[in-house]
Amino acid sequence: MEEDKVLVEIEREIVGGDFQSAGDVSGELKKVLQQVGFPPSFNRRVVIAAYEAEMNVVIHAYRGIFATEIYEDRVHIEVDDQGPGIPDLELAFQEGYSTAPPHIREMGFGAGYGLSNMKKCSDHLEIDTRIGEGTKVVMDFFLNPEK
Amino acid sequence: MTLREIKEILQAQVLAGEEFLDRQPSCACGSDLLSDVLAFTKENSVLLTGLTNPQVIRTAEMSDIIGIIFVRGKKPDNYTVELATIKKIPLLATHLPMYESCGKLYLQGLKGCSEV
Ligand SMILES: Nc1ncnc2c1ncn2[C@@H]1O[C@H](COP(=O)(O)OP(=O)(O)O)[C@@H](O)[C@H]1O
Ligand SMILES: [Mg+2]
Repeated sequence: MEEDKVLVEIEREIVGGDFQSAGDVSGELKKVLQQVGFPPSFNRRVVIAAYEAEMNVVIHAYRGIFATEIYEDRVHIEVDDQGPGIPDLELAFQEGYSTAPPHIREMGFGAGYGLSNMKKCSDHLEIDTRIGEGTKVVMDFFLNPEK
Repeated sequence: MTLREIKEILQAQVLAGEEFLDRQPSCACGSDLLSDVLAFTKENSVLLTGLTNPQVIRTAEMSDIIGIIFVRGKKPDNYTVELATIKKIPLLATHLPMYESCGKLYLQGLKGCSEV
């Protein structure tokens, strides 16, 4: 039987509203994925989804924990935040829907494509959200998705 | 087309990553919406934008964008330039507005990201 051993684990804090450091965690993840030696196209979809999730905490929540487990043939990401939660998930997934305020839009964010892009980039996406408490995003990426 | 040729075509100034101007983008994207860039660009592309905040550099990093061109005379602050230097992403700045910049590059054969 094949072993399912964790190669690398990363756990980092994300601070809401901190646009200077926003992207640090996903950038670090990209470096680690490159070191592990996954193909660039795989790394790209993992990192884009990670960055969208990281930015959602920075933009929409107060703080969060970003945890990744990297295996030989898959990557598991959990982003667990304390924040307002998402009242209507179906609406939130609609492309173009965004509650981002004007100063976020001026930065180029808030186009409302984040959640749908995370779904597109990942092989499995689950969101658990509680109003007034927070949101947990779980994503899995498989090196060979058809398996 | 190399970034060096892009620099000539747009009469652009190099703000960071002079040593990477031999890079050859496979396509280009012009946008001021970072979520669009994350959703619709391909790897190895070049980004034309009027945004100059640090998240532009982050977005480029995550999307494997190999160069950024700031249009209509916009210039990023020192922190943003430094971040690009660390991330090895060359920065160009042109006085031409978005439409003209994209048009000139397209005329010279640089394809859009949906065409490659
Ligand atoms: N972590 C989160 N906490 C609270 N609300 C969120 C979170 N992530 C997403 N949302 C809500 O879902 C909407 C859509 O998210 P998304 O598709 O990423 O677009 P955008 O971030 O551009 O607004 C957001 O505008 C926000 O209302
Ligand atoms: Mg988002």
